[in-house]
Amino acid sequence: MADDVKVKTVEGITRESTQAMIDEALARYPEKGRKKRAPHLAPNDPSACSTCVKSNRKTVPGVMSARGCAYAGAKGVVWGPIRDMAHVSHGPVGCGWYSWGTRRNLMSGRNGVTQFAMQMTSDFQEKDIVYGGDKKLAVLLKEVKELFPLAKGISVLSECPVGLIGDDINAVAKKMSAELDLPVVPCNCEGFRGVSQSLGHHISNDTIRDYVIETRTFGEPAGPYDVALIGDYNIGGDVWSARALLEEIGLNVKATWTGDGELERIAATHQVKLNLIHCYRSMNYMCRVMEEKYGIPWLEFNFFGPTKIAESLRRIAERFDDRIKESVEQVIARHEVETRQVIDTYRPRLEGKKVMLYVGGLRPRHTVGAYEDLGMQVVGSGYEFAHSDDYDRTQPEMPDATVIYDDASEAELEHFVSRLKPDLVASGIKEKYVFQKMGLPFRQMHSWDYSGPYHAYQGFPVFARDIDMAINSPTWKLVKAPF
Amino acid sequence: MANNLGLTVKPVTPTTPEEEARVAAWIDTPEYREKNFARQALVVNPVHACQPLGAELAAHGFEGTLPFVHGSQGCASYYRSTLNRHFREPAPAVSDSMTEDGAVFGGQNNLHEGLENAVALYEPRMLAIFTSCMPEVIGDDLTAFIKNARQKGALPKDLPAPYANTPSFSGTHVTGYDAMLAAILQTLTEGRKVEGRCTGRLNFLTGFDANTGNYREYKRIFEAFGIPTTVLADISDTFDSPNDGTYRLYPGGTPLADAADSINGKATLTVGPYSTAKTFGWIKEAYAGEHVSLPMPMGIARTDALVLELSRLFDRPVPESIRAERGRAVDAMTDAQQYLHGKRFAVYGDPDQLLGYVAFLLEMGATPRHVLCSRGSKKLEKELRALLDASPYGRDGQVWMNRDLWHLRSLLVTDPVDAVIGDTHGKFAARDARVPLFRFGFPVFDRVNKHRSPIVGYQGAVNMLTEICNKFLDLRDETCEERFFEMMR
Repeated sequence: MADDVKVKTVEGITRESTQAMIDEALARYPEKGRKKRAPHLAPNDPSACSTCVKSNRKTVPGVMSARGCAYAGAKGVVWGPIRDMAHVSHGPVGCGWYSWGTRRNLMSGRNGVTQFAMQMTSDFQEKDIVYGGDKKLAVLLKEVKELFPLAKGISVLSECPVGLIGDDINAVAKKMSAELDLPVVPCNCEGFRGVSQSLGHHISNDTIRDYVIETRTFGEPAGPYDVALIGDYNIGGDVWSARALLEEIGLNVKATWTGDGELERIAATHQVKLNLIHCYRSMNYMCRVMEEKYGIPWLEFNFFGPTKIAESLRRIAERFDDRIKESVEQVIARHEVETRQVIDTYRPRLEGKKVMLYVGGLRPRHTVGAYEDLGMQVVGSGYEFAHSDDYDRTQPEMPDATVIYDDASEAELEHFVSRLKPDLVASGIKEKYVFQKMGLPFRQMHSWDYSGPYHAYQGFPVFARDIDMAINSPTWKLVKAPF
Repeated sequence: MANNLGLTVKPVTPTTPEEEARVAAWIDTPEYREKNFARQALVVNPVHACQPLGAELAAHGFEGTLPFVHGSQGCASYYRSTLNRHFREPAPAVSDSMTEDGAVFGGQNNLHEGLENAVALYEPRMLAIFTSCMPEVIGDDLTAFIKNARQKGALPKDLPAPYANTPSFSGTHVTGYDAMLAAILQTLTEGRKVEGRCTGRLNFLTGFDANTGNYREYKRIFEAFGIPTTVLADISDTFDSPNDGTYRLYPGGTPLADAADSINGKATLTVGPYSTAKTFGWIKEAYAGEHVSLPMPMGIARTDALVLELSRLFDRPVPESIRAERGRAVDAMTDAQQYLHGKRFAVYGDPDQLLGYVAFLLEMGATPRHVLCSRGSKKLEKELRALLDASPYGRDGQVWMNRDLWHLRSLLVTDPVDAVIGDTHGKFAARDARVPLFRFGFPVFDRVNKHRSPIVGYQGAVNMLTEICNKFLDLRDETCEERFFEMMR
């Protein structure tokens, strides 16, 4: 992957300086913790053929990790955004309550009628733990069908106790599916499974494979430009801007996985010609399944910033005929003017600014190009729940010798930030106020900090404006009191 | 064929606009409301969270205290991010990241490793340990685990480490707050009671209260009286810390020495009778001095009760400044009563706040038509009923216990009100009913600085009054016909 990539560098950052910074961060750990954390931190080597950091390992206890759990990956990421299904958080009340409306996966439709951005739960009590929750689940499923008759299906997302007490949600789902004539999808995504959200994505992909795909067919005849948009969760409207661009180049987006998603369209995706995947980490599994089972090829792409958008569009065009190829060139040219205006406005204000990233499973690499379009440099990057194939894809994007961190603890992040003194930290809600208290500009990069979309040509001006307003807000100048 | 459910393969059939319109109209009908209220198993849009969230809030109220979740790491991330979003502040807490092997072998190894790392990295002066579901289901013995940790050296001998069992499958965030607070006070005060010693201080329990402005308001009242007070637990500086360019891991909290000495206090006063039931019950047994329980001081009468009690307990006259403040608040209420009189409200929230909303509305001559609690006791139901019945404005009030916000939606569309009081989660129901939502509760994710604006005391009554009346006046200006659009209101 690294063959044709020009190696970038950052002034003042060398392998030695980065390693010294890492060693300082590690010095604070007890010996056992230090040994476990050391392989997860390294200076980047863009040309290395093996990954420089270890990943997808158990979190070291007690370090203040930002990670979530398998349930979070299932409810928050994969299942939750499907708009026309009822998603039942099966177990105690908390998990569903905390994940209710906190991801910003926007939805079309009418709330409680055709769209279910709600918190449905079995609200387990002591007696459910003692006697089991299967009977309650069966009653609950009937009530969902009765009260929400237009729901196209129900997902049952298990929380920790369900797996521990030995409930059989799979049997209940099967029985109730037949009784209600409605897909009831059991997802054994208890939070204690695996090491992070990531296993929740995988388990959810597997349940789509086992219970959803191929259960519907598209009513209209197949066309040569039928594609599915995979791994876009419509954060702040990302699906809508990405879909508009794919349609502008002449493709026919048959289904979106799973942002603003519709269950039946997802179920018929085995009929498309090509799967276009944005978030590789959370949905590569189903792309592989569809490739193996139905011969559907898949292609990774990147819709952050004009450079990556143009590269991606051309790569997508290569999979189609001249009509799409020509259309792509016209579309790129058409957007050139507005894109140039955005860059002319913001680049002088952002040139040379440094940013550190710490996000989930995609953005620590995918957004690098967008910052570079604005004249900025990324001086550190890392993921909460990536695997080695994500780091393989990250190394060539990042400048040489910059620090790469996997499942960073808050203590590590604080240390790196205090040494590197970036102009912007781009990470999550748990990190936001830590760095803002240091007087550092910050943007939430899971939720777009209540803004968006950031995807595609519609998203870039929003992204550029947001980064500018974070860094150049006059409020930062007020932090130091004159007395 | 990947069709494990055995359903027939059908073509994609989108819902028609007519079908959508039919169901949209149906869910607003009394028939739907009846079906909705007949639910036995399904909970939709509950107002309550789980115990550990409250436990974390209590922990943050003590100096140098690191909340420590024994359980899955995702739990800790959820509690932290909820507090981050509500306060727009850091919420440092760790977990010991239990996974599958914990289910088999128990969580002791995770706990010990976690303690060792947390102590080294975050140098707490106290660790407040509480549980999420997993260790509760598998039956981890925290008492033994922590004792073993001390013996092994994973936990320094002199570092206080109170712990509470806070299973998410019983109680709510309010119960968890109470359990953690009791555990912290029991640990810190152990062996500290000195016969005959009196600190001369007031111990003040707020209960689960996520409004930092309330804490500052209480302290201002105590200062006006000149009463030295130990607030248990004081989250006001933790979750409303200055931005001066330095990040502090532990920016506030009740000093541990003060908390330890609270057992020798002159008096202990709780204004969260429902959310400190366990703690206060224990305090009554263990603490020196007088023990007093008052309702949360919202509205004039309930603030009067607090002021009078402070005066009595410490034998001091009510300060002139407080007397004047009461007068100003009453002045504001009489000036604005015409904008609230007869207005119908739906209110929901945690028990102590809920009683406060109702009391305040009744004082203004407004009608709390729907009073809803997601998880409440018979005792609360009775108290709410009695409060409503005691006022001519409350007799039409209906109390809905153990109901959720999907029930509330049915109530709002079939038995309309002018406004809703609650937290951010009510915004969907309020929007569907086309009425404003006043966010005086927890959490607030979609407005700024609500947690800085007190709703307790005389000033709190003015704040609520101002926000509610001005919103009604804004609405009138925005929606009236042009011929009725006028200069004065």
